Amino acid sequence: MSAVTVFGLCAAAAVGLGLYGLITNPQPLRKIIAFNLLGSGVFLLFGVIGRRGAAAGVGNDPVPQALVITGVVVAFSATALAIALLLRLFQKAGSTTLSNGALPSAGSDPPSG
Amino acid sequence: MSVATVFEIVLAAVVLGLGIWTTAVRETYSATVGFIAYGLLVALIWVRLDAVDVALTEAAIGGGLGGVLLLGAAARLRNAELVATEAPGKVTRVSAAALSILIAAALAGAVLMLPDSVSTLAPTVVAHTWATGLTNPITNVLMAFRAMDTMLEKVVLLLAIVGVWSLAPDSAWGGHPGPRHQTDPHGVLAFLARLLPPVGIVVGIYILWTGANHPGGAFQGGAILASMWLLAIMAGLTDTPPVSSRRLRFILIAGPGLFLIVGLGGLWFGAAFLAYPPALAKPLILGIEIAMILTIATTLGLLLAGAPERSAER
Repeated sequence: MSAVTVFGLCAAAAVGLGLYGLITNPQPLRKIIAFNLLGSGVFLLFGVIGRRGAAAGVGNDPVPQALVITGVVVAFSATALAIALLLRLFQKAGSTTLSNGALPSAGSDPPSG
Repeated sequence: MSVATVFEIVLAAVVLGLGIWTTAVRETYSATVGFIAYGLLVALIWVRLDAVDVALTEAAIGGGLGGVLLLGAAARLRNAELVATEAPGKVTRVSAAALSILIAAALAGAVLMLPDSVSTLAPTVVAHTWATGLTNPITNVLMAFRAMDTMLEKVVLLLAIVGVWSLAPDSAWGGHPGPRHQTDPHGVLAFLARLLPPVGIVVGIYILWTGANHPGGAFQGGAILASMWLLAIMAGLTDTPPVSSRRLRFILIAGPGLFLIVGLGGLWFGAAFLAYPPALAKPLILGIEIAMILTIATTLGLLLAGAPERSAER
């Protein structure tokens, strides 16, 4: 079994772990972390497949590499937006629960001081 | 097929262990720390996969800035954890586990049963190096051959920052993002925030410049510049700018704006949208990258700073 295959199996497991965490973890921040875990597994699969495309003196197919670099930056900005939403929910409702039962009380913005 | 070395097996096992820890551990703070360690080790995997450009991005953005973002959120949400959130029932957990195992097994099977014939774009990319004058194939793909992706990605960054800013409460509309940090002006943090930025700025610009021919580029350099800026903000040496500032907004649109202008110029004078004339390709790409590194550094820094919390008047 080659090193690339080992990393490929690791990436597949990361996708599975991320998906499990995303579904079962009740806290939104943990869901965000799990989603990033899932994404990192998908990126690694790109790298594993791209490593097979080593040719012409390039160790890894440059096109998937460029896609992954773009993807990492987009994943970061999506995470930042999700966390800003979460912090605002916490500020407004005092909790971060996602369940339907506990609707946030109609709180107003804290006065600026 | 070569035999995987012990190092690679151990690396994969540790990464997997950290992934399990991140998913299973009880406290959110521990999960965050586990995820940061995971991100940094995944960067090592990228090095082993001969993708140093991706490794730099993963370490700087995935591990570094992403880690700061998650740690900051975990610290501010610490009180939220005291409110008991009911875990999903046993049926949900078992079916989620079954689904996850199924998908992981399908992916693992796909990795193990990859066909022997390999399709790669590497020779095509290398054969067209003459068109840009840059020798780093990844920079060529990012800035020339698939420039459209990179331009749209800048637009995504811009949309994300608009989304974050729009979460500001009415009282802080157009104000400063994040809290005003106060630290001991003679403390270690303030000392480091004075000592490191000159070095960090030089390293960031070097990584941008060397990206033409070696691993590096605007993303990685921009992440380093952003972290230097954040260090100065967290040490209280400077404040986040009010988001209503016109100069700030100009920097935010400079990267995608210049990209769009050059692209339309290609449509007007040349063959197609974003087509660079080969003689001017290198100066054009460098110009876009310089505008982009400023935009990326500012955007990443402001995404970390979060929504405006204090009004601009104070």
